[in-house]
Amino acid sequence: MQRIRLRYTKRGRLRFTSHRDFQRAFERALRRAEVPMAYSAGFTPHPKVSYANAAPTGTGSEAEYLEIALTEARDPETLRALLDESMPVGLDIVDAVEARTPGLADRLTASVWELRLDGVSPADAERAVDAFTAAGTVEVQRKAKNGIRTFDARGPVAGLEAHSAPSAAHGPQADRPTGQACAILRLVVRHVTPAVRPDDVLSGLRAVADLAPPVPAAVTRLAQGLFDEETGTVTDPLAPDREAAAPSPVLSGDTAVAAAKASV
Amino acid sequence: MPAEAAASVFPQLEALLPHVQKPIQYVGGELNSTVKPWEACDVRWALMYPDAYEVGLPNQGVMILYEVLNEREGVLAERTYSVWPDLEELMREHGVPQFTVDAHRPVKAFDVFGLSFSTELGYTNMLTALDLAGIPLESKDRGLDDPIVLAGGHAAFNPEPIADFIDAAIIGDGEQAVLDMTDIIRAWKAEGRPGGREEVLLRLARTGSVYIPAFYDVEYLADGRIARVVPNRSGVPWRVSKHTVMDLDEWPYPKQPLVPLAETVHERMSVEIFRGCTRGCRFCQAGMITRPVRERSITGIGEMVEKGLKATGFEEVGLLSLSSADHSEIGDIAKGLADRYEEDKVGLSLPSTRVDAFNVDLANELTRNGRRSGLTFAPEGGSERMRKVINKMVSEEDLIRTVSTAYGNGWRQVKLYFMCGLPTETDEDVLQIADMAMNVIAEGRKVSGQNDIRCTVSIGGFVPKPHTPFQWAPQLSAEETDARLTKLRDKIRGDKKYGRSIGFRYHDGKPGIVEGLLSRGDRRIGSVIRAVYEDGGRFDGWREHFSYDRWMRCADKTLPAFGVDVDWYTTRERTYEEVLPWDHLDSGLDKDWLWEDWQDALDETEVDDCRWTPCFDCGVCPAMSTEIQVGPTGKKLLPLTVKQPVAGGHVH
Repeated sequence: MQRIRLRYTKRGRLRFTSHRDFQRAFERALRRAEVPMAYSAGFTPHPKVSYANAAPTGTGSEAEYLEIALTEARDPETLRALLDESMPVGLDIVDAVEARTPGLADRLTASVWELRLDGVSPADAERAVDAFTAAGTVEVQRKAKNGIRTFDARGPVAGLEAHSAPSAAHGPQADRPTGQACAILRLVVRHVTPAVRPDDVLSGLRAVADLAPPVPAAVTRLAQGLFDEETGTVTDPLAPDREAAAPSPVLSGDTAVAAAKASV
Repeated sequence: MPAEAAASVFPQLEALLPHVQKPIQYVGGELNSTVKPWEACDVRWALMYPDAYEVGLPNQGVMILYEVLNEREGVLAERTYSVWPDLEELMREHGVPQFTVDAHRPVKAFDVFGLSFSTELGYTNMLTALDLAGIPLESKDRGLDDPIVLAGGHAAFNPEPIADFIDAAIIGDGEQAVLDMTDIIRAWKAEGRPGGREEVLLRLARTGSVYIPAFYDVEYLADGRIARVVPNRSGVPWRVSKHTVMDLDEWPYPKQPLVPLAETVHERMSVEIFRGCTRGCRFCQAGMITRPVRERSITGIGEMVEKGLKATGFEEVGLLSLSSADHSEIGDIAKGLADRYEEDKVGLSLPSTRVDAFNVDLANELTRNGRRSGLTFAPEGGSERMRKVINKMVSEEDLIRTVSTAYGNGWRQVKLYFMCGLPTETDEDVLQIADMAMNVIAEGRKVSGQNDIRCTVSIGGFVPKPHTPFQWAPQLSAEETDARLTKLRDKIRGDKKYGRSIGFRYHDGKPGIVEGLLSRGDRRIGSVIRAVYEDGGRFDGWREHFSYDRWMRCADKTLPAFGVDVDWYTTRERTYEEVLPWDHLDSGLDKDWLWEDWQDALDETEVDDCRWTPCFDCGVCPAMSTEIQVGPTGKKLLPLTVKQPVAGGHVH
């Protein structure tokens, strides 16, 4: 059995896809692409797909991860291209590696988020960020299934900066209104339980500095991976698999076997 | 319509989406959806299924017309669905109009706004959509730049209750009809829209196959009945005919079924294996108005399944029709498809309603590897007498033999569908449903040797429909329906031996009365629909939104001015002489034949199926120049990939 790890995106209007919606679409794409999936045992066999840590509905992402199990080996890049073509534009499959190390989920310990605040001046955003960062704890509330929960939104935040938006809007946000004040926040947050989401940090900014964006923030996950305590950065979670594959003795071995077979 | 009027409203909509439930249903981008350039097309259709996206998206009618229109050069079609009240409120607050999900264009910018009504319960949703679109609610208030509001679907066979709100209706199969209408609109636009809106509607009306309600006056008698319906423009025919598509193999749609991201009510691909039904069940409007039977060939079906699965990745294929086991080659179709897809984990399903052992064999074939959970049969009437009245020729012995086969083949549950409130029905007829269910359980326990088998009885209230032999029948009142169902429930629950093995599902009689009012209503019902809409009525097909009291309150307010009331439309029996509101809409059925069939019903006389007995003159084929198209073709479905013969082989 071969395991392949994929990075995918939720871009543009398809960021409104819920995780369940994505799952259904992805499993149909596997069928259209005729991927030799391994199936679970039992009455209703399911293709073996493990999803890690999906972004909330309505937030964009450049860095979602999943792993699939195949009954026959496939070249990861060929498979990626095939699956990407079978998925709607916006749910793009952008990276693929063969799993050669354990525990992808264990390497997803932090996320980098971008929050685009239309109608908020960069100066106001910066003041709010400073107040938030200076605070020891920032209590926020969120509606949960069993009532309102109160928790600290400050602790897991490893980094928060405000910038002004680049003048020309481009990329996934191209269809948003332009020509007004706009601040961009860059947020690094550690994955803890209960999870602190970008909108919890926005609640925190409102609590400490009355920051109230006039339109909903456009939130995008830029990266997800292992949090490096020293540099405060998030590293590529697929890098260890790539490194394990790098010297590539396996490939030449295969070729040798194939050559040997051909000569029989 | 200038291009700026058709600009995407997505930027405005996007700001609202984080505040609503399931925003994915409003963003479009479904696999196999089509966005064509606006300027490159000269006839543009907005197609609506007037219910929530999750119900509307899988609708075959809309999907077929969307593809048929978009395949045409210079024509585009986009889809729109009802928005839930949470988004409606925000759209009104922020001035966002009703939009299509394909390119998020305002519905008002299109040439035609076509709505498909499978049921009358979508009428209030049509008014919501018109209002959100900025299109005047009533036809008479619309101008040159408003779309032509067109109704289709089964409910359009009596469009009179919505006559004030629509500009046109097309009855019957839509595939060719929308193309013909497109040609007329294109020519009129190319000429510079001479004569305005009136002229294009007149050109449509004069074909005899598009109904324009404004071109007919309805005159009433003093007692409230209709005196006559008269064309008020020259060249407009007295009656408008339904459309019938012949040779389904020439119309293999949808070729590229839409695959939504959002979850919908049918998570499967559907292939229509035939259209029409001549079983002759007297309550069934669909069977009456879709005649004659036209089969898709076994090879045509095989091709649609193969291409559709490739295009969608669905895991299940439904073989649709009004009675799928009746296809002349259904056995070979089921076996051929089961052979082809056995290893691909593709499920096959057949809406199984016919009560006979052959149906169980079919179900067995379709579930070769799967779990045999439940089988559904529809005897419809509880007593032998009742089944003669409705012309559903199933004897109790047939049913027992069928369920015996089912339980014997490992099926654990049998579901039985019935109706309550059928013409001439008494308490005794309905109470016999309990006896039938008990006999089913007794037989099931015997053949399976187990006690944990189940039978679920599911009952819907009967609503008399236009263009059926029961169009003259009195509808049972909500109170009487509820009383009868309560007696049945008590009889089932009270049975010590079998009661706990029988599930009982039923709906109260109230929604049926509103459906009955809308089904057999005339133009005066439009005032009730409008009042209900203005009072906040939406999504009437949804239990949590439907309000019987609101409908009755609004009817009590508006109908007295006409000297009629809800009972007049629902529980009143009609006579032979009465002009029915839909008499000028020609389904091909001969009115005298329908009346004779109604008399036969009262006499408990059955009538056979014209596929295997001589024609009994329902009138459709000669009136519409159509004919029955059934197999067998004798062809078989071969494996898709040629498998290597097993080495060594067998010696026979």
